[in-house]
Formats: sequence, structure tokens, C-alpha cells
Amino acid sequence: MRRIVADYPLVIIALTLSIFGVAMVYSAGQTDTPTAVARVYKSQIVWLIIGMLGAYGISRSSVRFIEWMTIPAYVLSVALLALTLVVGKGAGTAASTKSWLAIGSVRIGQPSELAKVTVALMLAYVLASRKEPPKSLLDLWRPALIVLIPWTIIMLQPDLGTGIVFIGIFFGMLYWSGVAWPLLLLLASPVVSLILSFSTGLWGAWFLVLLALVLYYRPYLVEGIVLMLANIATGVIAPILWEKLAPYQQNRLKTFIDPSADPRASGYHVIQSKIAIGSGGWVGKGFTLGTQKRLAFLPEQHTDFIFAVVGEELGFIGVTIALTLFLALFLRVTQIAGRANDSFSSLVAFGLMASWFVHVLVNVGMTLNLMPITGIPLPFFSYGGSFMLASWLAIGILMRISGEGRGKAAFKKS
Amino acid sequence: MSFHPNDIARRTQLSSIVLGIGFIALLGAFFRTQVIDHQNYATQSEENRLRAIPLPAPRGIIYDRKGEIIAENLPAYSVSLIAPNEDSLRAALKTLQPTLQLSDGDISAAIRRFRRAPTRPTVVLPDASIDVISVLEEHRIDFPRLIIQSVPKRYYPDGAVVASFVGYTGEISEDELNKPQYAGYKPGEIIGKGGLEKQYESDLHGEEGERYDEVDARGRPVRGVGPRPEREPRGAPALKTNIDLDLQKFIAQTFGDSLQGGAIAMDPKTGGVLALYSAPSFDPNRFTGGIPADYWKELNTDPRRPLFNKVIQGTYPPGSTWKLATSTIGLEEQLVTIDSHMPISCSGGLQYGRRYFRCWEKKGHGSLSLSGAITHSCDVFFYQLGLKIGLARLVAGGIDLEFREKSGIDLPNEIRPRFPARDVKAYYDRMFGPRNWSNAETLNLAIGQGANSQTVVNMAKFYTALATDGTASKPELVARNPERKKIMTLSLAEMDGLRKAMAGVTSAGGTAASANIQGLTIAGKTGSAQNTENPDKDHAWFVGFAPAEDPKIVVGVFLEFGIHGYLAARVASKIIGHYMHVQPADFVDTGG
Repeated sequence: MRRIVADYPLVIIALTLSIFGVAMVYSAGQTDTPTAVARVYKSQIVWLIIGMLGAYGISRSSVRFIEWMTIPAYVLSVALLALTLVVGKGAGTAASTKSWLAIGSVRIGQPSELAKVTVALMLAYVLASRKEPPKSLLDLWRPALIVLIPWTIIMLQPDLGTGIVFIGIFFGMLYWSGVAWPLLLLLASPVVSLILSFSTGLWGAWFLVLLALVLYYRPYLVEGIVLMLANIATGVIAPILWEKLAPYQQNRLKTFIDPSADPRASGYHVIQSKIAIGSGGWVGKGFTLGTQKRLAFLPEQHTDFIFAVVGEELGFIGVTIALTLFLALFLRVTQIAGRANDSFSSLVAFGLMASWFVHVLVNVGMTLNLMPITGIPLPFFSYGGSFMLASWLAIGILMRISGEGRGKAAFKKS
Repeated sequence: MSFHPNDIARRTQLSSIVLGIGFIALLGAFFRTQVIDHQNYATQSEENRLRAIPLPAPRGIIYDRKGEIIAENLPAYSVSLIAPNEDSLRAALKTLQPTLQLSDGDISAAIRRFRRAPTRPTVVLPDASIDVISVLEEHRIDFPRLIIQSVPKRYYPDGAVVASFVGYTGEISEDELNKPQYAGYKPGEIIGKGGLEKQYESDLHGEEGERYDEVDARGRPVRGVGPRPEREPRGAPALKTNIDLDLQKFIAQTFGDSLQGGAIAMDPKTGGVLALYSAPSFDPNRFTGGIPADYWKELNTDPRRPLFNKVIQGTYPPGSTWKLATSTIGLEEQLVTIDSHMPISCSGGLQYGRRYFRCWEKKGHGSLSLSGAITHSCDVFFYQLGLKIGLARLVAGGIDLEFREKSGIDLPNEIRPRFPARDVKAYYDRMFGPRNWSNAETLNLAIGQGANSQTVVNMAKFYTALATDGTASKPELVARNPERKKIMTLSLAEMDGLRKAMAGVTSAGGTAASANIQGLTIAGKTGSAQNTENPDKDHAWFVGFAPAEDPKIVVGVFLEFGIHGYLAARVASKIIGHYMHVQPADFVDTGG
């Protein structure tokens, strides 16, 4: 196999984020009343090492091998996902869901974390096989199906957060493959209808915008009619869907709009998280010394709300450092996607970046109540073996793509 | 696929812009929360982790005029619980019930306290015994939310002896918390509930301190990182009273268990209250830290009404003690002199219209001067004097002598005496209905009966005027702003004449001759108040002062079911004798 030059900026950024993350998981365990969380940083280190070894392994293979592995990996991950519906277990904030694969009471992992990578690979595989980017909604049926299958299973678990990540991957990769933005907007329109249907006025306004968009983009007649009907349909079924949501999901969405509506239960997480972050100030209360965390006011401090610990203990400066590291990672991966050797590699790189970006945006936004609580972990930070492993496998893939990619000179062609 | 380098470059650029916008938006949100709104969240974080533990301030010590302690504070232990919600409080109380020997009543009281102030530690035992405390200290680790505090506890060394004027303390009630006078008070604070404790609450209260304990999300105190420094409680300064504790004790002892009624002793020149006692009394020490239910029931069902202050709350017909008021009005109106005789001499009664008005002396007094009529308390004389004055002038005179006003003593809940209004006709019409009363009311009023009920303290106040140059002094337990007002416009000779006549009361032949003390002239007046419940057992009055020549003490004594005034006079003379350090002669029961 061809030896490649390691992408040091990528590895260094990912490693720095991981070490930062493990340190925060350690701090999250430092509470006045010790709990099991005090020990989890050790297994996080083990998973980090396993992930790095996996990344090294992948970086020693080749993009062609990865491409060849795509279909089996995708099928396997969808099968594992389907298995969770039968034998799945819940954990943490989502104890009532079935996102964990377990043997007996031993939880092995969350197949959905693996699926985030394989779906990106599979989408890239399908989109790269076309000469032209999809020009109509009808052209999109194959990529849509690739996402829809695992997405449906995940929504049945149910795991709203991971579902949102999949949608982010889907739209990100369609954009990168060259799909025109009005088409993306038309594609997204039923979802927008779903959200806006809670206000009749807003939904009416949106419908007019949509009509203008259809006239501007001029899709096929049938497509246009189907699209409008889909929008009307989602608008109508929204209240029915709302009824179908579990009470905890309804509460989380209500809390997003007004955390004080239910300060003891679902609003509690967000209120305490904001207090933790806000009380951190410029420099924070000091590593391991956050009182909100130490005295157990902050819930899920080692998983979903770990960024609140960063905010409380390291202050605005620590937050800026963490977010800057993420920005650097995303820009670097976008760069890798930009100078990838072939469209498959390019799409994979951008898809993985889109996935992380959605994670960071939703998770960090959630700690400040800018996003609803959906249980999305923060990459490299939140405690969780599967996600750490999947993230580092993704780093391995990116290392390989970067290594095989053209030099910076490639950009100068334009 | 469109992967022309130009397209790629454009998408890379656009993606970078979107990423950058996302980054800046998040940083902006964090800047706002962590830097701009920092103070707000820092405060909330502190409120989260710090639980204020109130440190009660010791109440001001109350002294008598010689520096003897009337009320002080003893160290006691209170047991409180920190609970995040009612359910966990209930659970904790259930666990503690056997150890603390809590009754179901204690538990519901604690839950009520929690509801009133959920952020304060809930007091479970306001005054725990040392046995309970030592058991709790041993098991401290099992009850992390328990707070054992040393708190000052109000203590009255003389207990029931001083209860009549000092009152008692207790936890502030919900109603009281809503009153403007208790603005700034927090639930659970101890306030004065009666007597001086209530009257001088703002002086005696002191300022509550605070300590901050760090607690976790479940409300359990944690040790370690230093909490905010505490604010020391500030005790209130001492309160000095006019009370003579020695005299107060003597009065209580004199009343003993057998007599019921009230007594007040005053300094006629300043209005300073030397003693004030209502019998039977109650033990204010048992009120501290919550009145035990059985004791409360016992006090409220006792027919002798221990909680009813017979000096300031009981109003009784003043009887013959009021004849001095009739005399004063007659003299002021210059209808009589001290030596005047009335046209009809006393033969045991007086026919007025169709009614025959008796004198208490069935044998009759014969013809008496005003002076003699006072000494012998001749009703027939005062019937005629009353008629001479006339109802309107008699009522107006009584009002000018302040018989329609409270004495103004610095104690809460004084009752206003009952006395006709200046518009006599309207008053009696309203009281009895038009045509249901006649001028005969004048006769009743003239001898202290009829529509006239006075408190013991108000009668004593009137006698301070008789004891001086006609200046009444407002009774005061705490010397703040002595208030004196001249209510009589009699000449010195007339005042002297009245005093001589009153001195005759306790001399041989007077109505209270048996109350005489060798070497000390007591001037005063006996009285009997009709007892509506039991006509055979009238109430007995004596109001007087000594020495008659230069009065140092005014004493008002009222005995419920005392039958005759001379019994009250004996009590009064003992009080005066004790105060003046003169031993009263052995009482000789001469009657009359």
C-alpha cells in the first residue's frame, strides 16, 4: 500500500480536542458526593486509544478500499440499527429509548454512531456515481432512500437528536455535490411546513414563499404539485404528529420555547446549564471547581451538558478555545474535501464535517437554550465509547483522503 | 457531479463563511451569557449553593427600676432541617420521629413552617432537651440535613409573677407577617406576643444574623470550601422599666392562689407603674418555643380567666371609688364645699320619684358633710349631690376627668372604659331606648353605678390627680415621655379637704378602718361593684394613696367576688406598707 504523509494539522487538532475532552470528562466526575461518573474518564481514555489505533489502521489502507467497504459497512450498520429495535436498551437522558445494543445488561455500543459514518460513505458513493448533480426532486430518490432507511429506524428508537444529524449530513452532502440551493429549499420545504404549521399565519406566509420558489425554479409540473401537496399534508398532520410524541419529547420542545414553564423538570436542565455557564464569567471558577457541577445542580454533566462544565470552570476564554479548535477542525476538513482526489473522497470528507458541525451547533446551542434538548453528544468531549471510536475512525478516513489528495496547488488551477 | 475546481472553490468559500457565522454566533451567545449577564448568573449560582441559616438575635433584657432582671435570655438548642421540598421533609421527619420523640402535632407544625418559608431551615424542635441533642450529635452523619443551633431562649426568672405586664414571646404568625408593623420580619422569627414584649417589640427585637451553609442539589450541607462570611446577630439594648420587682413579687404573693382580681401601683408624680398584677397569672416561660396544647387549653378553660388582664382589660362599675369624681365635679361647679351638708339627712335611703334608693348603711348616716360622706361613703348624700349637679354636668365632668378614655398605659390591648357620651340624651336613648330611662340615672351615676365601667388602671390614674395638685399622670411601665395633665381645677384647700376625707376612710370609723397602718396615713376609697352574675358576691375596690400628706404611691386594687371594699383596702394597705417599709398592724376585723 502507498505510504502517505500524515495530515499533522488534522491529527493535532483532533488530538487536542480529545485531550481537552477527556480532561473535562475527568472534571465532570469531580463532585462533592462521589458518583460512578468519577471513574468514567478512564474508559474514555481507553476508547480514545482504541479510536486512534483504528484511525491509524484506516490511514494505512486506501480510499479505494474504503469505497469497496462502503456497501457492506452500510448494510451492516443498518442491520445493527434494526436489531436495536428488537433488543435495544436505553441509557442516560434517553433511558426510555432503544438506542443501545446490549447483550444481557452489558451495553456494547450505539449502532447509530457507526451509522453516522456509514451513511456519509454510502451517500458519497451514490452521489459520486453520477455525472451531473441531481437537478430535480425525482433525481434525488436514491440518496434520499439511503438516509431514509436508517433515519426511520432511528426515529422509531426514538432518537430525535441523531435523526437531526442525519438530515444535516444529507443536506450538507447534497450541497457539496452541487445541488442548486432552490432545490434544497424545496426539498426541505415539507419539514419547514411541519415546524411552521403551529402558527397558521406563519404557515400561510411560508406557503406563499414556497409558491414563488416553485415558479422561479420551475420543476416538473408533477413534482411541483406533489411538493405543494406534501407541504399541505405535513402542515395538516403536524398536530397529529405532536400527539404522537412522547410526553418527555413534548416537554423538551415546550421548554425550549420557555424554560421557566417547567423549572423543576424539563426546564431544570437548561436553567442550571445557563447558570453554570453564566456564572463562569471570563476565566471560570477553575478546573474541577465549578460549584454547579460539584454540587450536582448540573445534570448530565459528563455527557450532553459537558460544555456547560467548560463554560463554568474555564469561563469565556475556555469556551473560545474549545470553539476555535472546532472551527479549525471544520475548516481543515473542508479544505481536505476541497482538494480531494476524487468526488467520492471529497463528499465523504464534507459529509463527516457536516455531521460534526451539526453535533457541535446543536449540543453547544442546547447548553444556552439556543437549541432544544435533543440528546446530541459533543464530539471528542461527551463521554461515550461508540462516539469517540466513530469520531476517530472518521479522522482516520480523513487522514487517508487528505494523504491521497492533491496538494494546495490544485486550487490554483482556477 | 460537478467537481470543477471553480465550483469546489466557491463551495469551500461559502462553507467557510457558514462555519464562521456559526462560530461567531455561538461565541456571541456565550459572550452575552458569560460576560454581559455574568453578575446575574453568578448570583443565581450562589443562591443555588448557599443556604442562609438565620441566627436569631437575643432580645433586649428587661430590668426593673433597681436593675433586677425581669426578662433575660438563656442558651437553648433548636433543631432544624434543610429540605428541598415538602415530600423530602416529610420523609426526613418520619425518620427522625423516634429519635426526636416528635408527636404528630410537631410534624404538622414543622410542615406548616416549611410551607411558610421553604428557603429557611425548617425548625423541628425550637427548644430541644440536652438528651435529644446528644443523641443527635452522635448520629450527625446519618442526618446530614439537620442543623443544631444554639439559640437564645426567652426566660422570665419570676415567671407568673411578671406575666401580667411583661407578656410573652412566640413565633411570628402568618397574619402578623402581613401587617405593616412587622415589615422586614421573616417567617420563624420570635416576636413579643403580649405585654411589654409586644409593646416594645421594635426596641427588644434586635437584628437577626445569618450564616451561609453550602448545600448540594439535594439540599445536603457540604463541608469544605469556605462559605460566605456570616453576619453576626445584633442583640437589642436592655429595656429599663419603672417596675419595682420586689413590690411586684409581694403583690403576687399577697394575692396568692385564693384571691383573684388585679392590682396596680403607681408613682403619682411621674405615672411610673411600680407594679401591675392580674390574678391568677400564667407562666410565660411555658409559652416560649410554642405553647403546649394542654397548657393552652387549661388556661382557656379556667373560669378565673388567667389570660384576661384584670387591670387593663377588665371593666367594672367603679362603685363608691367614683364618689371622689362626683365630689370633684360638685366642688368645681361650686355647688358644695368640703363642709356642705345636703338638705335630706341619711336614714338608710332616699325616695326619688316612685323609686326608693338605698344607702348601703341600712341604719342611716344622719346628716353628713361632704368630707364625712366620703369617709363613710354615704350614698344618700351623693344621690342629692348628683341631683344638684344634674345629669348633663355630671357626665360632662366625668368626661373632663377622662373617664371615657383609655389610661394610655404602654401595654397593648387596653380596653376603653364605658362612660356616657357628652350628648347625654342621645347616649341614653341609644343605650336603653327613648322613654326607657329617667333622671334616676343621675343617682346611679353619682355613686359610681349605672352606665359606668372603669378599668383598674384608669381609676388609679384618676387617683394620681387626687394625690397631687389635680394633675393626672399617664401610667407608664417604661419611662419614655411622662405625660401629665391637670384635670382638676380645685384649690389647694379643697384638694387637702378631699385627701383628709379619704384619710378618714382608713381611720377609726371609716369604711376601711381595718386597713389602717400605724404611723402611716393612707388616703383612699373603698367601693363595691355589683356582680351581675352573682348578686351575693360583689366585686371589691380600693383605690388610694399614701402617705396622705405627701403621696409616694397610688394603689388600685380590685378583687373579683371580694364582697366588700374593705377586703380590697386590706390588700392595698399591705402593698403600701411593704412599699413604704411600714409593717401593717394586725388586721382587726371590725367590719363596716
